[in-house]
Amino acid sequence: MASLAVPKPPARTRGRSTGGGVGPIGIGVASLWLSLIVLLPLAAVFAKSLEGGPGELWDAISAPSARYALLLTVAISALVALINVVTGTLIAWVLVRDDFRGKALVNAIIDLPFALPTIVASIVLLSLYGPRSPVGIHLYATKPAVILALAFVTLPFVVRSVQPVLMEVDREAEQAAASLGASGWTTFRRIILPALYPALLGGAGLAFARAVGEFGSVVLIGGGIPRDTEVASQYIAKQIETDRPASAAAVSVALLLISFAVLFALRFVTKRKDGR
Amino acid sequence: MKIALRTAALTYLGVLVLVPLAMIFYRTFEDGFVAFFESVTTPAAISAISLSLLIVAIVVPLNVVFGLVTALALARGNFPGKGLLQAVVDLPFAVSPVIVGVALILFWGNDGWMGGAIPVIFSLPGMVLATVFVTLPFVVREVEPVLREIGTEQEEAASTLGATRWQTFWRITLPAIRVGVAYGVVLTVARSLGEFGALTVVAGGVAGESQTLTLLVHARYIDDHNTFGAYSASTVLMGLALLTLVLMTVLERRREA
Amino acid sequence: MSATLLATVAAGCGGASDEVGGGSDSDSAAANSGVSAVKLSLVAYAVPKVGFDLLIPAFNQTPEGEGVTFSQSYGASGDQSRKVESGLPTDIVNFSVEPDVTRLVKSGQVDEDWNQGEHKGIPFGSVVTIVTRKGNPKGIKTWDDLLKDGVEVVTPNPFSSGSAKWNLLAPYAEKSNGGQDPKAGLDYLSKLIGDHVKVQPKSGREATETFLQGTGDVLLSYENEALFAERNGEDVEHTNPPVTFKIENPVAVLNTSKNKEKAQAFVDFLYTKEGQTKWAEAGFRPVDEAVAQQFASDFPTPEKLWTIDDLGGWGKVNDELFEPETGSVAKIYDEATG
Repeated sequence: MASLAVPKPPARTRGRSTGGGVGPIGIGVASLWLSLIVLLPLAAVFAKSLEGGPGELWDAISAPSARYALLLTVAISALVALINVVTGTLIAWVLVRDDFRGKALVNAIIDLPFALPTIVASIVLLSLYGPRSPVGIHLYATKPAVILALAFVTLPFVVRSVQPVLMEVDREAEQAAASLGASGWTTFRRIILPALYPALLGGAGLAFARAVGEFGSVVLIGGGIPRDTEVASQYIAKQIETDRPASAAAVSVALLLISFAVLFALRFVTKRKDGR
Repeated sequence: MKIALRTAALTYLGVLVLVPLAMIFYRTFEDGFVAFFESVTTPAAISAISLSLLIVAIVVPLNVVFGLVTALALARGNFPGKGLLQAVVDLPFAVSPVIVGVALILFWGNDGWMGGAIPVIFSLPGMVLATVFVTLPFVVREVEPVLREIGTEQEEAASTLGATRWQTFWRITLPAIRVGVAYGVVLTVARSLGEFGALTVVAGGVAGESQTLTLLVHARYIDDHNTFGAYSASTVLMGLALLTLVLMTVLERRREA
Repeated sequence: MSATLLATVAAGCGGASDEVGGGSDSDSAAANSGVSAVKLSLVAYAVPKVGFDLLIPAFNQTPEGEGVTFSQSYGASGDQSRKVESGLPTDIVNFSVEPDVTRLVKSGQVDEDWNQGEHKGIPFGSVVTIVTRKGNPKGIKTWDDLLKDGVEVVTPNPFSSGSAKWNLLAPYAEKSNGGQDPKAGLDYLSKLIGDHVKVQPKSGREATETFLQGTGDVLLSYENEALFAERNGEDVEHTNPPVTFKIENPVAVLNTSKNKEKAQAFVDFLYTKEGQTKWAEAGFRPVDEAVAQQFASDFPTPEKLWTIDDLGGWGKVNDELFEPETGSVAKIYDEATG
């Protein structure tokens, strides 16, 4: 998509624009800041996990409860991401294509799980679906409870990544398909969905990454039963609380690698889809 | 068909989000406003609210300053390792809050890399660091695309006219990215107030001293067996979340304008 | 008797403040008397808040305690002890088991003579009890009953919780006849932990919460915690097994405290007649003989009460049984739940 590009700044100002508006000092400051806050502490986790050698690391990760927690977390997060793909698209569709009173309000509500503290989400779900449930639904300490909590906190991701794309979709192709006799569902499946793939993947990936690390919303309603409803983050917290930092570090590393791998794969896939 | 889709979507949202929230509001105000008010003005509650707000007051300026520097470096600069910087900014989204806590203990704790030289864990600096970690991307990610979009023309024009870098920044750049910064700040505030996982690991959790509002909710429910107290504290947080939503919506409109 | 107790407990909690800490009361007292307000910090194990809720206001009524405010932290005993060791600032500690204080003696934060007083540093205690759903539907009354098929037992994680250690020592003492036959004791614990324990709550209080939320058939806990749940109207009841264990909860002042005198004054208050009465009212077994007599109907004497001294003292017990990786109970626990 060629456009009139801004002419390249003459050589004499290039020295100044090396760091953009902030110069090399700015880059240095930003790097130092990010290192101190993010990189170094994370490096400490990786180092601790290898403290006893790769054998110890493997033992810590493959301990029955640890292994179960990791597998459970990945499986449930994937399931929740999938649920979100369906419900997120549905909600985005309704928000973009439909019109009804209160739509703006509904649109704003979508971001609520994003703005709400996770512990509040947990207590909120517990009040309704826990042992003191007024509607007789008792989900405390069950896997459905974990799924519910994770679905709650990941609600915005797919919706918000699909909405803008849906708004920009070229209606002409849809109308052409309709005039050729295609049903609504076929049109959706053949014309619209392919256009949404990158957004869906991106949103699902974010939802997955959020879900695998989630703690606050699960902690009250999930019950944290080892080898049943205990998710990886709860396991890690437990290891720290029982004075086993190396084990906590090891499982943390496993969880981090999983998130990184998924996000990296997603970035790779969406870049390719963009034709770059 | 349309109605069916609409009903499905609204039902999902209702069951998942609205009904549980309504439940808490109901349980909180069931016994009247006074009961709620008393529950959230106990000494420990007031201390918790103050601490949460104090942390926000420290975290926001830090994130704005360093966030702007980082956004400028990423949007305007071209240097080796830029891709790495970009990735590191996004890292906090992929790190579980509990892992944040673990990382801080392993780095700043008594047995950590810093050897406990600077007292961080179980005190305010630790809580601030944890909160900065999780809110780091917000300002950067909201400001960077705006910087890219507005381009450098105006800034370059200003500098050829003799403006210093600071003047250029203050007079040209900042006003243009103002809404982006505001949006990033709102997200930062919301996330800071809501931080829980990292704090359970690194905060002292002493009622009246090192307990934030989120930790108070948890402590009331589990330690004190004070369900009503937990609900009422949650309602305060919910109110703040709703306020955040309103601000987000308002700023969203301004952005699109 | 219990109605009076209930009323006293409720009054002690005072209106909406679940955080009694001499908030408004002693603040105004301080303002009136011109005494400069001293703030004491207390780090305690998970369950004694109900006791301190009575003791702190009572202390504030004394000349020594006028105008003193408290900040309090409650949590799993081992957890809290480690936090203090790592630098969490505090004046007074009250843990579930002695080793959690010993840790601080080793780190130099508590003087070695902390337990040389008349009551060996222990102002109150309890016994290990069996808590069941109201009506005790599965008829669980003894340690053997816990091993019945399908019975799920809730007891906390002994690596973070003090309560858990007491809970495991009680049946161990019975089965091993006071430590004389360790194998028998460990066999029992193997079966208990391996087949009947699923969840691993962090602390005694979390265990109670988990049980109240519907998990498990039986909760092992402190008698005072059972009383707390029952007085709160929960649908549970407790049975002291005929053979059980004497729980002793230590209190110590940190030598790093900035208010050592006041802190010591508070700790001393815990042993006075008035202090002991308050502990009893809150459901804890007092150490003062006279007060214990007064409240005898609340605290039935079990047929046989084993103590930590019978097993050789905490040093020995902690090393042999609970030391991570090497202790016999630690190993059983890891294998069953790791």
